[in-house]
Amino acid sequence: MANNLKKAILGIKVGMTQIYTEEGKAIPVTVVEAGPCTVLQKKKVETDGYEAIQVGFYNLKENLANKPIKGHYKKANVKPLRYIREFRVNNVDDYEIGQEFNVGIFEEGDIIDVTGTSKGKGFAGSVKRHNFSRGLMGHGSRYHRGTGSLGAKGPARVFKGKKLPGRMGRERVTVQCLKVVKVYSDRNLILVKGAIPGPNKGLVIIRNSVKA
Amino acid sequence: MNNIIRSVEEEYLKKDITEFGPGDTVKVHVKVVEGARERIQIFEGTVIRLRGTGLSRTFTVRRISFGVAVERTFPLHSPKIARVEVTRRGKVRRAKLYYLRGLTGKKARVKEKGRY
Repeated sequence: MANNLKKAILGIKVGMTQIYTEEGKAIPVTVVEAGPCTVLQKKKVETDGYEAIQVGFYNLKENLANKPIKGHYKKANVKPLRYIREFRVNNVDDYEIGQEFNVGIFEEGDIIDVTGTSKGKGFAGSVKRHNFSRGLMGHGSRYHRGTGSLGAKGPARVFKGKKLPGRMGRERVTVQCLKVVKVYSDRNLILVKGAIPGPNKGLVIIRNSVKA
Repeated sequence: MNNIIRSVEEEYLKKDITEFGPGDTVKVHVKVVEGARERIQIFEGTVIRLRGTGLSRTFTVRRISFGVAVERTFPLHSPKIARVEVTRRGKVRRAKLYYLRGLTGKKARVKEKGRY
């Protein structure tokens, strides 16, 4: 598989603000507290069938880690961390188990993709969920925010995949081609231009863009 | 506001901002770029609104220019705002002076704040 993942890091979305350029332009930015991440394990073709690094991120209270988890971290000789994710980077050999890397791998002007879990909207109607058009709210309309027709009479059934009301949000969403505005390596912060998926304090994955 | 966000904003915040409030008459010195040259343009009027916190705080200035009312909203911490000069302190009883929009002539005035 053609894999173009050069660098990736885990982060926590902090929130949004704006900053000014020297010319006085206001740029909307999302602040992400990213890294430091620790390499916990390396997946190999011989044993696992693919190559990847497994990284841990964010401190965890000692009593929240159970014995099996503690044992896993002990193999890499690090303290238990809250999140574990795998990155199928191309240069697996550049990483060693127990190695820590921080947000310094990204720099200003980089184009990145950000993946997160979007905010849950609950059971949403088809107007909100699928951008259906609304009916008139007045003038005797009697058709307001309903789904409308479910299909033709002939098939005598509703086709699979028909857009209907249901659970919305809380799914994995990736926003592509965002720009890194600023990186603070000392404070583990990265400023990304524009919005990213998920609530504040949500886990996000920052990767180099597949399109750039 | 979150402490981390505040720490990010801090480096962009202007430290030397003259205090002013709604009702004050101010001269806003705006940097304008004309081709390669940069000059300062002054916009004078009454402050009718201050909103937002931190870096995104803005204020709106209303003036009557050649019989036409003009309202401009400026970001308080923008590098384009060279400085804000207060020429007159106004005595007002509310934070947003939207009522001025419906008034003209002598009625659309703000009393000056007396010295105590």
